[in-house]
Amino acid sequence: MRVAELRTLISRFAEPLWNSTRDLLPIVGTVGVFQLFVFQQPLENVGQMISGLVLVIAGLTLFVVGLEVGLFPVGAQLAHDFAKKGSVPWLIAFAFALGFGTTFAEPALIAVAGKAAELAVVDDRGVEHEAMQQSYAFTLRITVAIAVGCALVAGVLRIILGWPLHFFIMGGYILVMLLTPFAPGTIIGVAYDSGGVTTSTITVPLTTALGVGLASSIKGRSPLLDGFGLIAFASLTPIIFVLLMGILWS
Amino acid sequence: MSVVVLLLTSIWTTLRDILPIAVVILVFQLLVLRRPIAHWQRVAAGFVCVILGLAMFLVGLDLALFPLGKAMATQLAAADFLDPGRQVGEELTVALPWYRYYWTYLFAFAIGFSATVAEPALLAVAIKAHEVSGGTLQVWPLRAAVALGAGFGVMLGTFRIVTGIPLPWFILIGYAIVIVQTYFAPKQIVPLAYDSGGVTTSTVTVPLVAALGLGLASGIPGRSPLEDGFGMIALTVLFPMITVMGYAQLAEWRNRRHT
Repeated sequence: MRVAELRTLISRFAEPLWNSTRDLLPIVGTVGVFQLFVFQQPLENVGQMISGLVLVIAGLTLFVVGLEVGLFPVGAQLAHDFAKKGSVPWLIAFAFALGFGTTFAEPALIAVAGKAAELAVVDDRGVEHEAMQQSYAFTLRITVAIAVGCALVAGVLRIILGWPLHFFIMGGYILVMLLTPFAPGTIIGVAYDSGGVTTSTITVPLTTALGVGLASSIKGRSPLLDGFGLIAFASLTPIIFVLLMGILWS
Repeated sequence: MSVVVLLLTSIWTTLRDILPIAVVILVFQLLVLRRPIAHWQRVAAGFVCVILGLAMFLVGLDLALFPLGKAMATQLAAADFLDPGRQVGEELTVALPWYRYYWTYLFAFAIGFSATVAEPALLAVAIKAHEVSGGTLQVWPLRAAVALGAGFGVMLGTFRIVTGIPLPWFILIGYAIVIVQTYFAPKQIVPLAYDSGGVTTSTVTVPLVAALGLGLASGIPGRSPLEDGFGMIALTVLFPMITVMGYAQLAEWRNRRHT
């Protein structure tokens, strides 16, 4: 009994462990080859590098196991329970809260917002300068968080109603193109990048499981055709919202 | 040891990141849906695995890869590297022709590709897609297609910084390709392809790509690191859509030829 348990435990970790090692080979190879052959520098701190790599591989393995045991089931159950309850307003409230909550606290977004504020609030001097930068960064974070909240709401509604994704995405990017000429030059790069920084490693599996779970629980929806697309919304709406914010701010 | 301190700090920040998600889920699950979380012990153990794993992953990256990768990104744009006759620390006064930056382009592609392969979020989506498609969508080819797109996107991003061509042009043309491809690609792949762009730009890719953009923009005369450093992520989001749809189109075309 004990041996059998141990064996299943090992087999549960063995495959992800091998996969993680394989996944890291390219990046280790890239850095190693450039260091040794292009820059022709020796590798320093080899001991630290090896301990770092061990941590990376072990961490990725644990993450994947946790994904299958924790994140995916939670997302799927939420989707299933919401579909069973049949309350669309609550589902919308949940989607918005999830998008807003995860994005506002996102470290990558905080870093980008700080840099963007430096860029945008540059002509003012003195005390007001810093206060203005801070309020700009804060407004930017709120804007992106609302955008992601709205994205998940739109994405969930789309799954429920069965609308095709590409109309939304194309319409959205056409809107981006129309807004771009009116937005101040300094915000364009920030706006375009803000779509990419909002999707963290924990949010992505959860929203994917939620979308796929919803699509599988609702009759007539295909998980592949309707379940994916939430992340696409979440990478699109921040661009539109930040461009609008740039237009309104100036 | 300092590694332990780093690990504890990393666990703490990961916990802080996961807190809003956990609160939202618990509030809705217990107060709105009023249903207990099934097998909550298992789920809790899973969350512990995710938090520990992510924390270890980030510390490991910081120890093993990020310092070197970021240093390289800066070094690639240094005058003495691009033009062997120059002194270390000398700054370029006139921009070099764009093709002199070939090592930068190569590095950009390689780092975009390899960072994407190591990206946990993409792995998660690929696993889900494999599961949902009943096994017809393989995990590895899908990730390879995304990684190719990301590598190309990062490369184009460095080319844009070197040449100074405005970002909206690249985005405009890129999305025009996406629109045309959407018409011809198998319908099943389209949502997944759209998702793959946003998924790529996560824990591993963003810091490396940002460092590359920053180093390059500060090394080239006439570019501002603040203004031109932005835009790399946007291109990294865009091209995986094209390559994933392209991969599906290629697979479909080959199937048709065989039958």
